[in-house]
Amino acid sequence: MAVKISMKVNGKPVSAEVEARTLLVTFIREHLRLTGTHVGCDTAQCGACTVHMNGKAVKSCSMLAMQAEGADILTIEGVAKADGALHPMQAAFKEHHGLQCGFCTPGMVMNAIDFAAKHPGASEQEVRESLEGNLCRCTGYHNIVKAIMAGSKAMAAAK
Amino acid sequence: MATSLIGARVARKEDYRFLTGAGQYTDDVALPGQTYAVFVRSPHAHAKIKSIKKDKALAARGVLAVYTGDDLAAAKVGGLPCGWLITGTDGQPMKEPPHPPLAQGKVRYVGDHVAVVIAESQSAARDAAELVQVDYEALPAVVNASKATQKGAPALHDIAPDNKCYTWALGDKAAVDAAFAKAAHVTKLDFVNNRLIPNAIEPRAANATYSRAEDSYTLYVASQNPHVERLLMTAFVLGLPEHKVRVVAPDVGGGFGSKIYLYAEDVVVTWASRQLGRPVKWTAERSESFVSDAHGRDHHTVAEMAMDKDGKFLAMRVRTTANLGAYLSTFASCIPTILYATLLAGQYTTPVIYCEVTAVFTNTAPVDAYRGAGRPEATYVVERLVETAARDMKLDPAEIRRRNFIKTFPYQTPVALMYDTGNYDATLDAVMKMADVTGFARRKEEAAKRGKLRGLGYCCYIEACGIAPSNIAGALGARAGLFEAGEIRVHPTGSVTVFTGSHAHGQGHETTFAQVVADKLGLPIESVDVVHGDTSKILFGMGTYGSRSIAVGGTAIVKALDKIIAKGKKIAAHLMEAAETDIEYDKGVFKVAGTDKQKMFGEIAFAAYVPHNYPLDKLEPGLNENAFYDPTNFTFPAGSYVCEVEIDRDTGVTKVVNFSAVDDFGKIINPMIVEGQVHGGLTQGIGQALTENCRYDPESGQLLTGSFTDYCVPRADDVPSYRLDTRETPCTHNPLGVKGCGEAGAIGAPAAVMNAITDALGIRDLPMPATAETVWKAIQANKKAA
Repeated sequence: MAVKISMKVNGKPVSAEVEARTLLVTFIREHLRLTGTHVGCDTAQCGACTVHMNGKAVKSCSMLAMQAEGADILTIEGVAKADGALHPMQAAFKEHHGLQCGFCTPGMVMNAIDFAAKHPGASEQEVRESLEGNLCRCTGYHNIVKAIMAGSKAMAAAK
Repeated sequence: MATSLIGARVARKEDYRFLTGAGQYTDDVALPGQTYAVFVRSPHAHAKIKSIKKDKALAARGVLAVYTGDDLAAAKVGGLPCGWLITGTDGQPMKEPPHPPLAQGKVRYVGDHVAVVIAESQSAARDAAELVQVDYEALPAVVNASKATQKGAPALHDIAPDNKCYTWALGDKAAVDAAFAKAAHVTKLDFVNNRLIPNAIEPRAANATYSRAEDSYTLYVASQNPHVERLLMTAFVLGLPEHKVRVVAPDVGGGFGSKIYLYAEDVVVTWASRQLGRPVKWTAERSESFVSDAHGRDHHTVAEMAMDKDGKFLAMRVRTTANLGAYLSTFASCIPTILYATLLAGQYTTPVIYCEVTAVFTNTAPVDAYRGAGRPEATYVVERLVETAARDMKLDPAEIRRRNFIKTFPYQTPVALMYDTGNYDATLDAVMKMADVTGFARRKEEAAKRGKLRGLGYCCYIEACGIAPSNIAGALGARAGLFEAGEIRVHPTGSVTVFTGSHAHGQGHETTFAQVVADKLGLPIESVDVVHGDTSKILFGMGTYGSRSIAVGGTAIVKALDKIIAKGKKIAAHLMEAAETDIEYDKGVFKVAGTDKQKMFGEIAFAAYVPHNYPLDKLEPGLNENAFYDPTNFTFPAGSYVCEVEIDRDTGVTKVVNFSAVDDFGKIINPMIVEGQVHGGLTQGIGQALTENCRYDPESGQLLTGSFTDYCVPRADDVPSYRLDTRETPCTHNPLGVKGCGEAGAIGAPAAVMNAITDALGIRDLPMPATAETVWKAIQANKKAA
């Protein structure tokens, strides 16, 4: 069964006719060709598919595209400024070497931005707990934690 | 004069694309006319295939083709080859059973490939895969290697009725037995090195396309070594001319060994792309990764150390049964042999060592290299044994190590390796200071007041990176060379593109290699780009595994740079009307010795491409050089780790509270990247020790740990922040003095953690992973014994 869906993705209105069972991540990757959002596990554990829906980090592999009907979706492609300047969280990941292969990175950054906005000044332990739903196999989390703490500070300072 | 880029914490050139979602991984590649493949996999660990009915699947909406093993056999598609021949103690070659890309007649593990369905969309292919009717006759299965060799165990392959692939040995057995006979004390352990599932976060993927116009193929694949993939696939499986196949390993989301191998899926989509005349893409679901990526470890070992009355090691005797899984994966045979037994000397002067390995087929996924590959298993044997020996002998664990450290180099071990350099006291001294070992008793006491058991464990590991040289590897059974290739292409305006046969899937080669080149040529790092991962661009490559990239791939680049500089000197001599022998070169500046005459690198590059004032009669124009480098020896990174754990008495929950690591990687190009490699390695090592365990049901052979809920990849709150430092003894046989750093953490961490846990509990041994349940049971058993 095909359904018509409409939403805003990275500030632009998009609409399409998709199979009802189309996942949000499939819509983002295959229909919109925004391939920065990744699929690492398809069971909602790895977090590589994390995007923002109406300002809140969600796992786009475990919801249907039609559940995002009318929503405002932000993917990793929409995080940096239009002139290419990195968001403070992205910049912190670069500065603190918070990424290696880059595959979990978009999900890490999307989750971190949401977390930092809601929990300014979080402790290292709180940052580690915030990553419960984001798996990284390369970095051992050490530098991701450092990056999120620094990015969080930079976001607060930029307010 | 430019400041040195070698040793600088340069931010990574690759980060921007990864941080903005612009990375291009295999599944991101969408080709015109794209079709999608889904594999039908065996639900049985061991079964005969009585029949396969395709018609319902073929009739389903959007389905283009269904292929089975019979189709591949009819098309004369060969089996997947093994790249290393081991010769057994009986003088016979290992048993190499056929490994068809799609099963023929029988399936041998849960997840084995039975058929492929190709359709217009992924969902159509997935739906139709359910419609392929396979009639199986289930057979008894065996998943444990020790059980597989017992009489009456089900046999997987006709050519190996006892399920043994080989029995292989290294060392002087008679000398070892004699040393044991006169030992003052023998410490013995019997343990399992737990089976692991690599789980790179990017699942494997392959997307192949065939051009009838060019009669050529392009395969995009998540691979650590695209040239090796191409060589194996063309020469051994598909019988295609190599120049007609381009293999591209674009951005690859982690490998850890699991993306070294030529897999069935890669072959099938490549073959099918020609049958259909359309691109065919397969991307693993995570559940497929669990059942079909090559697994790691899975050793059962009995190890003994013979000592004199002062704790001086006299001899070591090791017997290992290694589980190879159902088929021989690409490098499976060399992992529990060449990369394992040769490391058993560790950092010690143990004069004689004997190791016997029996490698066994079981109804499980193939087992191959996983981060460290043989070396973590060897280090675990040595370092658990050494720590236990210290306790047996009532010696301080650091002291027993010092009494046995190798102190003079080069050092020939009794297990074939020649260590070129090292300073083991230096890393041990440094780590003990960093970990505040002297304050441990106080911390233990304080923890006890909180109801926690605190323990401290050491691990002093040795690693061997960059298997070499090729001729010796060949004599030991390698069916490939182990060199690396590099090319330096200087552009007319002086910027540089570097091509390397190494492949980065997280290691940051685009930055590290650029640092090496920019430093030597006196260029800003922005003027140097590194290209890797495409057989149509790179002259050749053996790829990235075994922490070989900087030591072998980096050296190939340096050799090519040497040629660039040598040619540059000729050009400079001509331009400055001096003798070539009078030209001195340093970081981009060509000088006439003893004068103030000089030419910058950019001027030389320009002259080479606009050869108006140029010695055309003696010298070709252009500035482009390549080099192949075959190392003369392995490199030997080493280090000392101290782990401190706290265990909750009531729940058995174990927390790594401190982890200190001091490594000797020789010269370091980018300390930031090296630290990142150590962090990741340590976390995988701690994962092995505390959380990760692949389990199959012993009766049915079903994988019990087939998702991230059942198989615990460490989360951020399972591991601590690490304390790291380095000591430096430069490698003596490569120009950069580098050794490699990618696997060290995974090699050294498991023994450090388990030594700390057994110290905290006051017990001799505990199986990995030390989950809360395992530790709690050990605490209860302790109580009972008391």
